[in-house]
Amino acid sequence: MTFQAAAWRKHFPLLANHPRLHYLDNAATGQLCEAAFDAVTHHELTHRANVLRGTYRLAELADSAYENARQQVAKYLNAASDAEVVFTAGTTASINLVAHAFGEGLKAGDEVLLSLAEHHSNFVPWQMLRERRGVTLRILPLTTEGRLDLARLGDFITPRCRLVAVTHASNVTGAITDLVPVVAAARAVGARVLLDGAQAVQHGPVDVAALGADFYAFSGHKAFGPSGVGVLWGKAEALAALPPFLGGGGMIGRVGAEQTTYALPPRRFEAGTPPIAQAIGLGAALDWLREQPWTALNAHTARLAQRLIDGLAVLPGLTFIGPRDMRERLPIVAFDLPGIHPHDICQVLDERGVAVRGGHHCAQPLMDFFGVQGAVRASIAPYNDEADIDALLEGMRDVIRRLT
Amino acid sequence: MNDDLYQQALLDLAKAGHGAGTLPSPDGTALRDSPLCGDRVRMQVVLEDGRVKALAHDVKGCLLCRAAASLVGLHGTGLNAEEAAALSEQVAATLAGAAPPPGWSELSLFEPVRPHRNRHGCVLLPFETLHAAIIESHKQV
Repeated sequence: MTFQAAAWRKHFPLLANHPRLHYLDNAATGQLCEAAFDAVTHHELTHRANVLRGTYRLAELADSAYENARQQVAKYLNAASDAEVVFTAGTTASINLVAHAFGEGLKAGDEVLLSLAEHHSNFVPWQMLRERRGVTLRILPLTTEGRLDLARLGDFITPRCRLVAVTHASNVTGAITDLVPVVAAARAVGARVLLDGAQAVQHGPVDVAALGADFYAFSGHKAFGPSGVGVLWGKAEALAALPPFLGGGGMIGRVGAEQTTYALPPRRFEAGTPPIAQAIGLGAALDWLREQPWTALNAHTARLAQRLIDGLAVLPGLTFIGPRDMRERLPIVAFDLPGIHPHDICQVLDERGVAVRGGHHCAQPLMDFFGVQGAVRASIAPYNDEADIDALLEGMRDVIRRLT
Repeated sequence: MNDDLYQQALLDLAKAGHGAGTLPSPDGTALRDSPLCGDRVRMQVVLEDGRVKALAHDVKGCLLCRAAASLVGLHGTGLNAEEAAALSEQVAATLAGAAPPPGWSELSLFEPVRPHRNRHGCVLLPFETLHAAIIESHKQV
């Protein structure tokens, strides 16, 4: 075990409770870091009250903790202001928020550009919008290794394009999108840009200012924070232009029997009691992550991913679902072994304490592109080490012995 | 827990592929997908007096799904819609711990699946698709 991995593991209480677990499903959910656990516990034991409503001291403490979490998220994202941070239930809720609120302003014939590599969470809300508003969806194709085919951007972004909604990094192939040409092409036709950051945020701080997007969505539970919370970051002027999505308490200016005025962002988009403790936990997780030595950690996870790729490459018939090198990709490795179903592989691996994900990964259009029904995916975090990779590789040899 | 999940008898049942293939002139065809894993079963039936006279299936799924489909191929002929629906419920009950229904003793091969709730659907899918295919046949009449 490398120094970084050993040091990191100590910050994740679950891993101490399962010393023989080889947890390689981090793209589905990262383990909860101690900083988040402590923040949630501290809040629930000392500050628990509803937020943005009470005038008593306990409620004010809760308010401060909740708004502090917003500042911590803003700092991690290098956002211009914490008012640009909307707490949601997760990436799915964030994208649906944009699909509804931004979608309200679209009409038949307007276009939304997606890519074939998107998670279902960045397909289905737009297909539903198409049903409601008659917009046209355009789907950017992929290169043979599963990256967005940016050479064809010009064929797919037309003057009718109003929004480009693409992944920052694929949850299956791990490929990181080269966003410079995407943002430039969108800007050239006056379209907004929404990035699905669900897989990217847990690999180091994100600089939304540098990315140049208008909206950025991600989940807490993949970033070593609590589940049930996520973020929609939006440029101040982009959020200000949106109508509310959900109506209810907390998002209003004043409610009359006949008419209501709405709060300014971010509260305009936080109807009802928000996931208070979860947001506080997420803020603490990101604050802790922000201080980590990311160059060393990412080099460590890239080495592990390369070790895995090299080990898998010798298995007869195995095909990779995505790039085979580590250039511009996350430590996510997906593969298909013809004749053996991914779930059967995962089940056998589980007997050895290796936790990986099998199936379509909520990316069926991508599976169709690669001509497979599903795939096995190993996703690596800095607390993983060589033993985790070797357990997976040994397990694969067992799979082949037993199931072929 | 799942040491014998992939026991040889189950692998053999899947490999045998009883009923695998297509029928030239089915009375009814049903296609069912598992939303969890993307498994897909196509079941075709020919009926006589409301009962399955012949069936064929095409499975794109895991070993459990293929073994279950093979079992349907082995014993599925002769069932009517009501019995097929009841059979699906009995298979679900067997996965929850009940004894296999009469004539379906091979369902005991799926006992090790019991603690793996996410995989119950893999076993159930071919049985549910058989019922759907029979219902579809009635619509065609």
